[in-house]
Amino acid sequence: MAIFQVPNINVAGISACVPEDVYHNAEYDWISEKEREILIKTIGVEKKHHAKKGTTTSDLCYVAAEELLTRLKWQREDIDLLIFVSQSRDYIIPATSGLLQERLSLSKSCIAFDISLGCSGYVYGLSVIGSMMKTGAIKKGLLLTGDISTLNTSYRDKSAFPLFGDAGTATAIDLTDNAEPMMFNLQSDGEGYEAIIIPDGGIRNFADKETSFEYHKIGEGIYRNKFNIALDGIKVFNFSLREVKPNVNKLLSEFNMKTDDIDYFIFHQANRLMNETIRKQLKLVPEKVPYSLNDFGNTSSASVPITIVSELSEEIASQELTLLLSGFGVGLSWGSVILKTNRIICPPVIIHKD
Amino acid sequence: MNITDFISKVEEEFEDIKPNSLSPGDVLQEKFTWDSINALIFLAHVNVEYDVEITAEELIKSVTVQDLYNLVESKVNGKQ
Repeated sequence: MAIFQVPNINVAGISACVPEDVYHNAEYDWISEKEREILIKTIGVEKKHHAKKGTTTSDLCYVAAEELLTRLKWQREDIDLLIFVSQSRDYIIPATSGLLQERLSLSKSCIAFDISLGCSGYVYGLSVIGSMMKTGAIKKGLLLTGDISTLNTSYRDKSAFPLFGDAGTATAIDLTDNAEPMMFNLQSDGEGYEAIIIPDGGIRNFADKETSFEYHKIGEGIYRNKFNIALDGIKVFNFSLREVKPNVNKLLSEFNMKTDDIDYFIFHQANRLMNETIRKQLKLVPEKVPYSLNDFGNTSSASVPITIVSELSEEIASQELTLLLSGFGVGLSWGSVILKTNRIICPPVIIHKD
Repeated sequence: MNITDFISKVEEEFEDIKPNSLSPGDVLQEKFTWDSINALIFLAHVNVEYDVEITAEELIKSVTVQDLYNLVESKVNGKQ
């Protein structure tokens, strides 16, 4: 069981950036008006931001990081670690983290690498950056997470198109002697790798001009090609309802904590029905479980930090908070972290004119 | 669990079903839109209410309200 803690790691600030174009699900005319109403209510996504073709996740993360570093007044040369968590990289090769290291004017002594995770990516990313900084005595690091998911989504797929939004985030971490430990419980189950998948374009199914682009009818209201993201709704749903609650409860009990000790539970913004079911399973009051789904949709590894930025920015800037963050989905991969924040820098969500 | 209780909770869960309008022999497809979204709402409901997990294959086999009840009941009994 991967339950562990990382001491002396402090979150100094969090920022988030979205592209300017807003898509309202009320415009989604692939399905009937009645179905659309039920869908919007059930998934809880009224609108989300769509990147223009050519805008990358790293563009959004770059803007978020620039704003954060300016507000924190951090010197670029002091940052020795940059981790980019995403499943929508700029190029097949090289890794995107190097491009960001250069673009953010970080020094050549900076460690930079990518992690390929989605819904669980923020929690996993915190565990990796925290552990590396602690063992390597690295004083300052940047965790950049997010995805452009809308480009890979078929308009004629009612199970995916209305759900996803694009976003990039930046989290500044520093090594601080008196910081409370971050406590993690991380898990994975590759048996469910097909539950959320883009089948073609990798090495297993290399891009093929005959078969990759061809659209297939998958079900009622669901047409997609092999470059489109494919969701097995019921599988993902059952997985999340089966695994998240015990993961959270185990983490709490391992460190002798109760749900009352947590100020806010910030879950990956999967969809409203799923998140509300998990909230009820854990018997959490709605006031402790903020949502940003309505305005940003499911933004993959950006969903946890963008929820903090959009829903808690004033509180997290002005008082100490104990948070439980939990991500679950593609992989399948899931994990939770309990951490304390002490008046962090958290500017409002930035709109990027792409 | 009993079927009367089961039905009244299902009626509460789905907005387009009026209270006291369902009976065990009703065919699901005729009573309301028994589509993927409503299937998920049903899965969420039985998960919270009865702490059981139902697969897509099992749901597809259920034709009537009674079938759904039998399915959930067999899962609940299987846990004990």
